[in-house]
Amino acid sequence: MTETACNLADLCICAAAEAWRADGEVLATGITLIPRLAAGLARLTVNEELLLTDAECHLVAEPVPVGLRTGAPPVIEGWMPYARTFDLLWGGRRHAMVAPTQIDRFGQANISIVGDYGRPKAALLGVRGFPGNSLHHANSYFVPNHTARTFVAGEVDMVCGAGYNPDRWPDARPPKWLDLRLIVTDLAVLDFDGPRHQVRVRHLHPGITFEQLQDNTAFPLARAEPLSTTPAPSALQLRLIREVLDPHGQRASVFKHRSA
Amino acid sequence: MLDKTLTVAQMAGRLRNGMTIGIGGWGARRKPMALVREILRSELRDLTIVSYGGPDVGMLCAAGKVAKLIFGFVSLDLIPLDPHFRAARQAGAFEVWEIDEGLLQWGLRAAAMRLPFLPTRVGMATDVMRFSKGVKTVRSPYDDGEELLAMPALRLDAALLHVTEADQRGNTVILSPDPFFDDLFARAAHETFVTCDQLVATDRICGAQRARYNAFERSLVTAVAEVPYGAHPTASVPNYGIDVEHLESYSAAASAAAWQNYRSRFIDLPDHASYLEAVGGAPRIGAIAAPVF
Repeated sequence: MTETACNLADLCICAAAEAWRADGEVLATGITLIPRLAAGLARLTVNEELLLTDAECHLVAEPVPVGLRTGAPPVIEGWMPYARTFDLLWGGRRHAMVAPTQIDRFGQANISIVGDYGRPKAALLGVRGFPGNSLHHANSYFVPNHTARTFVAGEVDMVCGAGYNPDRWPDARPPKWLDLRLIVTDLAVLDFDGPRHQVRVRHLHPGITFEQLQDNTAFPLARAEPLSTTPAPSALQLRLIREVLDPHGQRASVFKHRSA
Repeated sequence: MLDKTLTVAQMAGRLRNGMTIGIGGWGARRKPMALVREILRSELRDLTIVSYGGPDVGMLCAAGKVAKLIFGFVSLDLIPLDPHFRAARQAGAFEVWEIDEGLLQWGLRAAAMRLPFLPTRVGMATDVMRFSKGVKTVRSPYDDGEELLAMPALRLDAALLHVTEADQRGNTVILSPDPFFDDLFARAAHETFVTCDQLVATDRICGAQRARYNAFERSLVTAVAEVPYGAHPTASVPNYGIDVEHLESYSAAASAAAWQNYRSRFIDLPDHASYLEAVGGAPRIGAIAAPVF
């Protein structure tokens, strides 16, 4: 069971790392475990120019492993307190991958509340930086539980991150700075490259069918042609994840509810 | 001689019902918790709280002090959600003005500059616009004609901050790695009350080597109070980290009875010395390492 969970995590980390491949020298921010490991893997394999932080307020020359640090302390190459983070991100030189609770067909994302806004069924974190992030730099999403309750019909319960909803933009035209890229889930890899930014399936994870994915999504999906299987991690990627990025195996916890 | 020292009880005594109060720090980091506990013990009510929220917000919610909350998030950092905030939010116990983290500092900045608003794209096309009562947009007067959100100034009656060291004149240094937006809270506020882990002499506070850690000038500081470990259970690095064990027990105290028990053990105490004793003593707190994220 742990091995299955780990395999799925590794698959998602490698698929998510692709998000930053062609970004050049931008700040890669991965929020929650899988996106963070993916940003580190991207830095080590596909884009050595990426800036990374230690998840607090320093820029680090190499990815910082998650959990207890036993090796040499990270090489700090710069300072990135929150004030400077806003300066940077409003300038656009960042690509974040975050983990919304709900996402809709426009790519609008929610981490604030579930249910009615005045008396929510569940109060979550709050909008955090989603509104600003969504209008200033590239954004990708990680969703560990791809269901019709996370990929919702209509709009998300609170639109925290803006998306390609024409009704919310002057002249029905989203601005050029809205740049939604990739969605990595436990079932598939999707993007916004369908007609008029429709959410499109790019890869299905091994053993998942398009019909199964559509059944777990409350809005119609476009499909890439050809629609391929999510690439399996390479030996190098697996070694970097296991030995460098997540030496304590924390990633097994992300999908621990899955049975083999 | 200029002497701004007060006790935290005296600081709380300077606050009034219905005030808009900004609280510095971020999540579970560098919150003026000793001063917050004074507020919890006081008769103060109907407060509007502006905060990058952590247990400061959760405790004020649990104690029913909050009439309105202006926030981007409430989190205990290593524990993602604060159950006391969640329960109050779900019960509709206070008015909510939920804004992006960047909008919050933008509103403080507008107040600091005595401007009515500052323009930004942040919030456009999201429900921040929809749920922010009275927030308007403004059109660029230049050729681009872009419609932007006009973030109104967040003027504070009082700012409450916790810093590493201060002197009696109101000079301060923040030695922890991130100064957050404490400077803007101070500039946006009519009065600023600062607690510090240590009060030092003016010839020891700053100097050329530490000058860059002086985030705002003393003319913004109304009063200072020395409260060793005054940010506990939040961190005041380099002096102490987040007390995760304590925050876990605080989080677990979610029922009304459990909260009353938490109150009697950790809040309704005669003084700060008894608080430190109740949470395991100063040496224990001093030994808590800086958080690793």
